Parts: sequence; structure tokens; C-alpha cells
Amino acid sequence: MEVLTPRSLAEALALKAERPDAVPIGGGTDVMVELNFDRARPDALLNLNEVGELKGWSREDGRVRLGAALTYADAMRPPLCDLLPALAEASRTVGSPQIRNRGTIGGNLGTASPAGDALPPLLVEGAEVEVASVRGSRRLPLSEFLLGPKRNALAADELVAAAVVTPSGQPQTFMKVGTRNAMVIAVCSLALVADRERGELRAAYGSAGPVPALVSAPLADREAFAERVAAAARPIDDLRGTAAYRRHALRVLTERALERCLA
Amino acid sequence: MGDGTVPRMHQRRATTTAPARPELELGRVVPAERRLDGVPKVTGQFAYASDLSAAGMLWGHTLRSPHAHARIRALDLSQALAQPGVHAVLTHEDVPGQKRYGLEFADQPVLAFDRVRYYGEPVALVAAEHPEQARRAAARIRVEYEPLEPVADAPRATELPPIHDHRWTHGHGYLDDPRPNVVRSLVIRHGDPDAGGDVSVAGVYELGMQDQAFLGPESGLAVPDGDGGVDIYVATQWLHVDRDQVAPCLGLRPEQVRLHLAGVGGSFGGREDLSMQIHAALLALRTNRPVKMVYSREESFVGHVHRHPARIEAEHRADRDGRLVCVRMRIVLDGGAYASSSAAVTSNAACFACGPYAVANALIEATSVYTNNPPCGAMRGFGAVQTCFAAEAQMDKLAAALAVDPIELRLRNALAPGDTLPTGQRVSGSLPVAEVIRRCAELPLPEPEELPRDAIRLPGGAGNTTRGEGVRRGVGFALGFKNLCFSEGFDDYCAARVRLFENAGGELVAEVHCAAAEVGQGVTNVIAQVARTELGTENVVLAPHTTATVDSAGSSSASRMTWMAAGAIRLACRAAREELERRGGALAGGEIGVERVYRHPRTWPLDPDTGQITGERAHVAFACAAMRVVVEVDAELGLTRVVWIGAAQDVGRALNPQAVEGQIEGGTAQGLGLALMEEISTRGGLIDNASFTDYLIPTALDVPPVESVLVEDPEPDAPYGVKGVGEPPTVVSTAAIASALRDATGRELARVPVRPDDVVGL
Amino acid sequence: MRIALVVNREPHEADVWEGESLLFALRERLGLPGSKNACEQGECGSCSVLLDGRLVCACLVLAVQADGHEVITVEGLGDGDQLHRVQEAFLEAGAVQCGFCTPGLVVATVDLLERVPQPSDDEIREALAGNLCRCTGYAKIFDAVRLAAGIQP
Repeated sequence: MEVLTPRSLAEALALKAERPDAVPIGGGTDVMVELNFDRARPDALLNLNEVGELKGWSREDGRVRLGAALTYADAMRPPLCDLLPALAEASRTVGSPQIRNRGTIGGNLGTASPAGDALPPLLVEGAEVEVASVRGSRRLPLSEFLLGPKRNALAADELVAAAVVTPSGQPQTFMKVGTRNAMVIAVCSLALVADRERGELRAAYGSAGPVPALVSAPLADREAFAERVAAAARPIDDLRGTAAYRRHALRVLTERALERCLA
Repeated sequence: MGDGTVPRMHQRRATTTAPARPELELGRVVPAERRLDGVPKVTGQFAYASDLSAAGMLWGHTLRSPHAHARIRALDLSQALAQPGVHAVLTHEDVPGQKRYGLEFADQPVLAFDRVRYYGEPVALVAAEHPEQARRAAARIRVEYEPLEPVADAPRATELPPIHDHRWTHGHGYLDDPRPNVVRSLVIRHGDPDAGGDVSVAGVYELGMQDQAFLGPESGLAVPDGDGGVDIYVATQWLHVDRDQVAPCLGLRPEQVRLHLAGVGGSFGGREDLSMQIHAALLALRTNRPVKMVYSREESFVGHVHRHPARIEAEHRADRDGRLVCVRMRIVLDGGAYASSSAAVTSNAACFACGPYAVANALIEATSVYTNNPPCGAMRGFGAVQTCFAAEAQMDKLAAALAVDPIELRLRNALAPGDTLPTGQRVSGSLPVAEVIRRCAELPLPEPEELPRDAIRLPGGAGNTTRGEGVRRGVGFALGFKNLCFSEGFDDYCAARVRLFENAGGELVAEVHCAAAEVGQGVTNVIAQVARTELGTENVVLAPHTTATVDSAGSSSASRMTWMAAGAIRLACRAAREELERRGGALAGGEIGVERVYRHPRTWPLDPDTGQITGERAHVAFACAAMRVVVEVDAELGLTRVVWIGAAQDVGRALNPQAVEGQIEGGTAQGLGLALMEEISTRGGLIDNASFTDYLIPTALDVPPVESVLVEDPEPDAPYGVKGVGEPPTVVSTAAIASALRDATGRELARVPVRPDDVVGL
Repeated sequence: MRIALVVNREPHEADVWEGESLLFALRERLGLPGSKNACEQGECGSCSVLLDGRLVCACLVLAVQADGHEVITVEGLGDGDQLHRVQEAFLEAGAVQCGFCTPGLVVATVDLLERVPQPSDDEIREALAGNLCRCTGYAKIFDAVRLAAGIQP
């Protein structure tokens, strides 16, 4: 095994082009478990901790650019938590303080788990994913980036550079069901925005289908929305819960989220 | 504290009652000190079993079965042996002595031969320079398996082909049940089992498989002594019983195998059976190098036995006044692939099935079975947890059927000293059941909290799922009891040795040797406290816990160690003091060394046909506890927040009240885990949640404040009137939390852990 | 490969296997076994250390990622023989049983009190939710945190 530690984004992209098999590692909250549990032995790891360009967040033309190395702890701090309140709520549900200090938005995107907690809040805010390679960078909608359970649209030489969001400024929330009151992987989760400006309801569920997915409807369809979200989900029975429970819970969560956001 | 000002904790949560038996000669006991191992534990200096190292040390690794049931066709080690850094690869052929071991029955292979019977069963061992080299080599061992149909459904196991060719548990004085796969079956017939009442309630209850989930994984270091013997430094609950199992498998005499207690990161029953002891010793003796083994968390889930899953059919019959007339229960315990302590767990489940109630008639049938599920054995509460869950649900049902207050119903039936248990044993010692019920019921319930509140003080916690919607409050109550010390004629003992000498300053020093395993419960403090009391000196030094210098202390289990260690230390100290007095009160440069053995009152086996006692008692003594629980349940999502628990416990006499409270709080939390979240999930015998991501144990946001009342009613047969305190809270809290959930939801909730689906009614 | 890092204010170097965690390197290469190996997947907090001043699980940090960085472990909290006030409070409150979770909890508590000197009960619980304890049921750990913070019960 080999560890490559680039000091700049350009160097990281060059290394990734040269070694497309190198597995990127940032906060380590996913990759290290694979290593420690002897489930993966990649030939190379690409340590992104020293790449300054990936850290933090910035505003650009009314948009917010979240660096791939932005941690959940970062996302919970003002003023970012006021710009993206559902993302901040989701971040609070992630693991423990230790995990939130290390785990990153970019890691959540790269892992593309159906249970990725940052994904539903980014979906309802219409986030785009900025991916980069030595060939240049491109942005694609998050819904197109997520292809399947733990599968994303990155080419072998690409890295996640950022998530780019135009904050709606509209009432929003995030909720996550787990069988313990902290430190759980979602049985199912929901982010919702009641967008009065666009006259639209947008919800995204997690852990209730192969990828977190967006469901939207006109504001006027509020009454039928919970049913619509539950019907759109494609949950399965697994260790953490049953498909029937997940559908039921999504209905309840959507009703409650609507109450919160339309009160 | 940096500035030297440490405020005392001036408010105790717990209260105590004065001894109810002033006539007992209890003797003064000096106050407890702070934990003797406390400073090394808070500074990171305490050497746990996984922290040990030695010059030239190798790392051991275990290759385990990926099947729950399979025949081993062939083993090929050649590729593994060729891997870099590898010093040894061993299989069953390399076990020089007995090929099998076991706590009660030697039915478990040191390394599998012919067949594997559970997922994770050890098949081969590797020693290498680095753990990664050992893992890579193990991955190159080729094992040809022929998968066999697993016996996975415990209630049907007695109709399926036997998983063992030999009846290991027959001929040991139990009922030799002819059905296949029976570990032990025990029927207790008491009075007229067909006696009818005015009211009858029935239910079928189930409990999932709970894991001890101690934080310190199985680990240890084996060091060859250069003379054919070996020293093993390990985290265990009973050094001598480990030695007595290890030595025959190594083909060595007991004195050639010395077990030394390394720091124990929790045990809760899960370290009663061997894990890596023989394996590390085999590798060390083969390579002539020290060998360290440290299980991963995933490995730990298959590295020790678990709490038996159970299915319990219960029927309770009572008269119009709510007095129990007859209790009938049929209990099936899934023992998994090997016997471990299933036979004793079966007895406990049966003996405590009725709860601490006076019952004139009973029919209790308990069966533990072999299956290809993970082996089950000892865990805190040991059989009493399972039946308490069923019995207390039944008592709540009975109260509802009779329209009687559930606490009042329990008081009407409360067992008392002088009463007879279903086994025919008379309660001869202390058992203040009614007092415990009353003291618990007196605790004021917390007022409902106002809304809005932060999400973490609502069901669902950090998940932010409710702001009060769907939330209902429920209050529950449960009562339970269990035995203290080993039972049914398995009368063990505890040895202690005291050496008195003078230090350089001419002061008298007592060096105390006792092999009692400090597993976190604080027995080390008990030993020192008793020695300081009996010798009247503060100069007490505890010698290392080892098989090399002192006889057995018995096991840190069965709520026995405080009782037994206190008894042994007291005897040894008194003998040393008498000797000192005989010498005129001075050592004059000499020294005194005495070793004494303490035994608790004798017990007798149960009659294999009737389940009745065959002598004065089958169990030494008993302890009970009651709990009142307030929960909030989000009835729409099925999520729970336990708000508050009030506990009253029969503690005999609390030598160290802070440590007793700690046992109650910790024991309660483990019962909470079983009630709400903890279950090893298996499919066809394969575990699919062997990690702390998937097997959840309670966090700081899940455990409520516990208000403890220590009811002190000294045990006449125990030194200073003490009782073991570790298990009763775990026995009761699962049942009490389930009771509160039923109150909040109106649902039967007959299975734990209670899943959100069950609460919602899907 | 060789890494250089500052641990408990002292410079250290170690030869590590590339796939090794910082936890393994601390415990097995640098002779600092105080950080504990309970789950190795970031679920229990027993290996909590401060990495460049931030509370992290050492099991989820690749040892190589700590190259050039600064780590404080439980062994680095006290001042010589003088215990840190958090360590003192854990002893006084009876917050230690088997003690395997204790180093991680002590480090997490030090981190909490550094950020929030007078935490509420809810803040204590949330801050320690990533540190599993199997023995105590947490009550006496919360007592210890309040004691260390000088909060009267």
C-alpha cells in the first residue's frame, strides 16, 4: 500500500490522473473503517488533508461553495448554519463530535451512500457537485451525480472539489430516524423546503431507496405531499428497518416537516 | 484539581435505610477509599490486556469459519506459511493435549476439526511479525468446506438432526433428555400444577440475543518460560478456571501454566469462557516467542458467548383477590453451538421464573438447546433476565385483568423470608421484597417537561424527529430477583493469603494476595477495605492477581465476588492477627504468612425429575430490586426516550455506597439496551451486525438519570451482611422499561428489543 | 514509511505501515497505549485525542495523515504527577469502573470544557454522546464533568 499526500489541488489532480486506482481519504470516517476491518486494501491512498483549496467555504455570486473538505462541524457554525439550516440540522445528526470534526461533505458525496446525511439537505437546495480533474472541472446536479448505492458519476481521474448551492432562504428542516438517540445511521431521513418564492415543496429522502432522491410538488398540493413522498421512496427491508416502516416513517416525517416549515 | 480545590459531591442521589436486623453481629467496616486503580485509569497508564508488549513479540491472528455449519474437507497451509513475516500456522493437529475444552462440559474444539458449528469458530492460527502480515497469511489458508444445513431455529432444534455426535451433557446428574440437541431440560413441579384460579392471563414472550459489548476486546499476551511452560497475561473473570482448561489442552501440568490478570476492560459474563488463552499459548510455545493477540470489535462479537435468546410461554392464574394460585411457564433458551454455561442458565431461568412472589403451585419447563447459532452463556442476570421480562409482563396483565393497581398486586404476592420457592427451598436469609417495592413506589415521579424543548430531550434525540408531535408519556414498574453465588452443589470457594512484615521504617505492612478478578466492579477496593478493617492498619498492599502465588478466588460473576472475597480476606486477616497476638504483638524482624479459604453455605443439586431441592438449599441467597420507569414514546414513529428511572435494591449492606450506585446505574443501562436496541441479528446462524455501527448500545443521550434507594437488610450468611449488587438492576430494568412502553402505547410489546415497528404496530 | 509528529508537546518519529491508524501508531509504535482500541470504527470514542486541537477518533486518522501535525493524548493532559482537574473529578465522582472508556472520556471532557466552560446538562450529554461507556450508565461521568466545571449539583 502507498499513501500519496499532495499539497495542492493541482498536485492532487495530477496524482489522481496518474493513479486512478488511488482511493481518496479525507476525514477517514468511511475509508478507515474499511481498512481497520480488513475489508479493503487499495494499492494507493490519496490523502487530501493537506490540500488547502478543498477546505472551508466561500460565497460566489449569491451562491455558496462548500469545499469538499468542509466538515460537519464547520457546517453547524454561523453564519453557514443560517444560510443552509437543513444542512446544519443534518450535520448535528451525524455521528459524534469526533466524527463531525473529521467527516466531510466531500466524503459524503464521494461515498454516495443512500444514508449519507448531507445529501437530502443538499438535494432540496438544488446543489450541484463540482468535480475536477487535470482535464478541467465540471458541475453537475447532485441528483445526476448520485447513480446508485455507493456509486457516483466521478470518472476515474476526477475528485470532488465542492458542492455549490444557491441558498433558497426558505423554511427548511431535516429529520432522521434512528433506533438510538445519537450516533446512528439513518433508518430513514428527510429534508424538506417549503419554497414560497417558487410556490414549491421539495423533499428528499435518505435510506429509503438506492440513492437519496428528490420529490417536489406545487405548494398547493400540500395535503397529498406526504403520501407522494412515501410513494416515491423505494425502501427495502434490511438490518436497520423494514420497508413498510420506512414508508410509514416518511409519511409522518413529511407531515411534521410541513408543519414546521409552513407554520 | 489544578488549583487544589475539589468540591465534594454534596448531594447524593441515593438514600439508605438502617439495618433491619440490629441483632446481627456485623462489625464495623472502615469507609471505602477512592478506586485503587483510579489514577492509572484516568491517566492512561493502566495496562489492559491489549496494552501489553514484550521484546521479540509476535502477533497472533485467528482464522475463523465463515459458515454456521459445515464439514471441513481439507486444510492447506502452504501458501500461508510462505507469506513474509510468518512464524507459525497452526491447526487442530498442533494441539498437543486435549482437543476440546469447556467451562462445564469439554465439548468445544480448541481449533475446529471435522466440523465447524458456528459462524466465527476458530479454525487456524497464525503468528507473524505485524498484525497485517498475520491477517494476510490467514487469508491464504485454504479451507475446503462442505456447507451443512444449519440448525438455526431453537424451538425446533429438538426435532432436528443433532449437531454433536456425543451427548456431552448426559450423565452429569441432570435429566438425560433423549431428544436431539438438548443441552439441559429442567422441569420444576410445585404443588398442583393444574390448580386453577378465578382469573388467568397468558402470553408468549421473546428476547433477542444480547451481547456483553464490553469495551476492551479479548486480548492477551503469552510468554514462553523457556522451560516448556508458559505465562499468560489475560483479561478474565476467573484465573484458575482458565488455567484448569488451558493446561490439559497444552498437554502441560497446571503449575507449568501461570495465568496473570491483565487489565480487564469490562466483562459482564463474557469473559467466563476462554477466548484467546489457549491459542496465544500454542503460538508462543511453538515459536518460542511472546505472542500477543488482540481481537477486533468484529471478532469480539464471535469471540465470546452471548445472552441466550429465549421464547417463553407463560400462564398466570390468580384468585379474585389477586393472589397467585399457579404459574405455568415453558422456556426455550438458544444455547448455540457449544454448552458453555447453558445448563446453569437453564436452571436460573427456571428457578426465578415466577419472580419474587409466593406461589403455591407451579409448572416450569425450561430447555436449553444446541443450535448452529452463536454460542450463548453467561451474561449479567444469567437466565433471570429472560424470565423476569415474561413474568413481569404477566403481572401487569394480571393487574389489568383484575383492575388492581400493579404495585398493589405485587405487594400482595411479595415473597418474604420463611416462604417457600417453587423448588421447595425455604428463603432462610434476607429478602426484603415488600420493603423494596414500597421504597421504589414512594419515589416521586418527575413532572412532565414543558415544550418546546431541544430535540435531544425528546424521543428520537439528535435525529430531530419531533417537537412534541406524537409524544406520549408512560409509567412502568417491575420487580425481580436472582441468586447470589454459584448454585446446585457447585460449591466453590475463595482463597486469600496475608503476609505481615515490617517495612524499613519498622511499620507493620500487610501484603494481601487474592486472585479475585478486578473487572471494573471494584473488588480490589473491597479487598483493601476489609484488610484495613480487620488489621487496623492503613499499610495494606495488594499483590498482583495471579495463579502463581495463591489458590483460586472463584469467578467474578454470579454477584458473588464481594461476598466471597470479603469472607476470605476477613478469615486470613483474622488468622494473621491471631498469630501476631500469639507472638506478643510484634514481628521482631520476622514475618507472618497465612492463607485461608472461605466457603459459603453448602448447596445441593435439584432433583432431575421434579426440580425440587435435594438438600437444604439449591441457591445460597437472593437479592431483589424494583424499578419505576418514566418514558416518552413518539407513538407515530415508534421512538423512545427513557426520562427517568427510580430503583430500590436489596443490597444487604453497602460497603461502598458510591460503587453500589455505580453498579445500579450501569446495570440498569444494560437492561435498557436490551429493552430498546441491543440484539445480535443472525440469519441461518450468520451474524450480520458484528460492529458498533450496527449493534447499538446506549449512548449518553439514551440513559436517563437513575435515582437509587439502597435498601440495607443484611444477609445473615454473608460477611458483614453484604450482598452482590451487580445483577439485580439488569434483571429488572428491561422488564420495567417494557412495562412503561406498554403504558404509553397500549400495545402488548411481547418481544425485546422493542423495535419502532412494534410500537407503531406495523 | 517514516512519519514525524508532535505528541504531547514532544517531537516523535515512527516507521509505520501505510494502512495503519494513528491509534495503532500511538499504541504500538510510540509507547502510548492510553488511547484505547475498543471499536476501531469511530463509534465508541475510546481513542479520542486532540489532533491540532480538535477532538478526533485516532482510529479514523491514517497514521500518515498525522505526519507534520500535533497530537495530545490522555497521557499528555496532566502536569507531571499533578492530575488534570478533569482526571481528578473522574476519580472523585466515581466515574471510573473498568476504565476502558475513561481516557477517551477524559479527553472529550477536556475538549468540552475548553469550548464551553459551564455546560448545561444537555450540552454535556450531547458532547459525550460519541464516547460509549458500558459500565457506569454515564450518571457518574456527568457528575464528574459538572464537578470539573465547578457546577454545583
